[in-house]
Amino acid sequence: MVMTVFVVAAVLAIVSALVAVSHRDPVINVLSLVVTFFCVAVNFALLGANFLAAAQILVYAGALLVLFLFVIMLLGAPQAPESGLHRPVQKTAGLALAAIVIIGGVLLALTMKVLPPASPVTGDAREIGKAMLTTHAFSFELISVLLLAAMVGALMLVKRKH
Amino acid sequence: MAPTISHFVILAALLLGIGAAGVLLRRSGIAILLGIELMLNAGNLALVAFARQHGNLEGQVFVFFTMAVAAAEVAVGLALLVAIYRRQQSIDVDRLSVMRW
Amino acid sequence: MGAELIVIAGKLIVLATLLLTAVPVMVWVERRGAAFIQDRLGPNRVGPWGIIQPIADSVKLLFKEDLTPAGVNRWLYFLAPMISVFIAMLTFIVVPFGDGCGVTILGQPLGSLMVASELEVGVLYLLAISSLGVYGIVLAGWSSNNKYSLLGGLRASAQLISYELSMALAVLGVILATGSLRLDEVVAAQSGKLWNAVPQFLGFVVFVVAAFAETNRLPFDLAEAETELVAGYHVEYSSMKFAAFMMSEYMNMVTVSALLVTLFLGGSTLPGVHLEGWLGLVVSLAVFLGKVAFFMWLFVWVRWSLPRFRYDQLMRLGWKGLLPLATVNLVLVAVGVARGWTWI
Repeated sequence: MVMTVFVVAAVLAIVSALVAVSHRDPVINVLSLVVTFFCVAVNFALLGANFLAAAQILVYAGALLVLFLFVIMLLGAPQAPESGLHRPVQKTAGLALAAIVIIGGVLLALTMKVLPPASPVTGDAREIGKAMLTTHAFSFELISVLLLAAMVGALMLVKRKH
Repeated sequence: MAPTISHFVILAALLLGIGAAGVLLRRSGIAILLGIELMLNAGNLALVAFARQHGNLEGQVFVFFTMAVAAAEVAVGLALLVAIYRRQQSIDVDRLSVMRW
Repeated sequence: MGAELIVIAGKLIVLATLLLTAVPVMVWVERRGAAFIQDRLGPNRVGPWGIIQPIADSVKLLFKEDLTPAGVNRWLYFLAPMISVFIAMLTFIVVPFGDGCGVTILGQPLGSLMVASELEVGVLYLLAISSLGVYGIVLAGWSSNNKYSLLGGLRASAQLISYELSMALAVLGVILATGSLRLDEVVAAQSGKLWNAVPQFLGFVVFVVAAFAETNRLPFDLAEAETELVAGYHVEYSSMKFAAFMMSEYMNMVTVSALLVTLFLGGSTLPGVHLEGWLGLVVSLAVFLGKVAFFMWLFVWVRWSLPRFRYDQLMRLGWKGLLPLATVNLVLVAVGVARGWTWI
């Protein structure tokens, strides 16, 4: 049962990820990425991280990708006439790099010792919150500074000079 | 048979590779940003899988931080795209070959 | 296992019936209510007081020609209304719509009447799923290949993202006071003390205003604004596809009213009333429906009383009005919880 869910989610995630990076229409790219993120959320739930699964949908599908759609529509859905330049060397190098990443990851996964999980952790909101505000309090504050900086930076970038 | 950690790591590796291919091969700015998002998500998946394996929460906490960083990155990245589009009427990164703005 | 499945199926059937009945009833209430507010008669020809009017409406919609304009993106054009209805129906399963009051069916205790009673991240699930509702509107606007639709979709996406923030912050106050993300525990925590609407009045106000914006209702229906955008994101839709958008709007109203009642007004409980068995179950269901009905009427009432906001006013209200208010509310609740005030 769990395996079936995993296989379906995984295959769907990979297929939609492929569409997301290869289709020419930016709106289709964003929408298939929504499907991918949904499948990743299902995987989070399978791993017992229910809170993260919900947060994944809320943050990625609900906010980030809507922002993408907003910008695509704002720019009039540029149908990206990928410039006619042919760059076979760069293309091959890029594909090779991606292949190395995949092969390396798969090798790592296949060669590592698979032990039964130490103890089932429940991704309880309370536990995560406690860890975030005590052990990782400094990183938490850093993240809030980062978000503020990003906000100010984004505003400065799109501000029209009069 | 339940999926073990290897299954999740393999899936994460595949997603990371696809995302990397998107970033390296596409020339549309939006597609590149989407590829980066995909790579970040693959990393998140691996983090959660390892957190489950080791039975502690650190991995899950880190995923939250990654999400926040991704949000910041998207905000700045999209703002850059809008600024570039205003200037060049295009978001093709190949056209960004000028050294002076 | 079998009994458990039967109980869940039963809850789902009750829920689906409630949601789907609410749509025609609300159409009737809206049309008669509008007429009442504007001092005219309204539909009164089909059945007594025009009560069968919604059925006549839906038959008419069903038999209209289903147009697909030239130049649309077919795939997304078909998908958009489906996404809207699907998301609207999906959100309700974590809302407890009654109290089981110890009733057992086939040896299976009902607990609180909530479909997904195992999910411990209920509120977060609800926020997550309802944040997906914007895709229906944005895609409808974009795929229609119409400037008015596109403008409606653009406005909707910016509006929903802005107001979701204040809404989530208001909900956060309730979660902080309850100490749980489950909606049935939110209800249980309110039964022994004041309803959340009193100690967290600011959060309540923010949530009500944001609810109007999230459901795209007047005074915040900038996405369809008839006077400027013809009908906004659904200009190009006809027949049942148009009806799907209307249905999802009314279902979203039911969901958001139910959420309001659950989070701030004690859900299916009444102070001082403790009934047992089937009587308690029926009474709790009636109490819940009554409270929801009040907010549904409020939606109609406001729609026909207030004029539409301008877009910049809408954004100013969202970012400079509601967001600080919601933050103040959250800080107050946090102080209260930290000091151990039991009434908060």
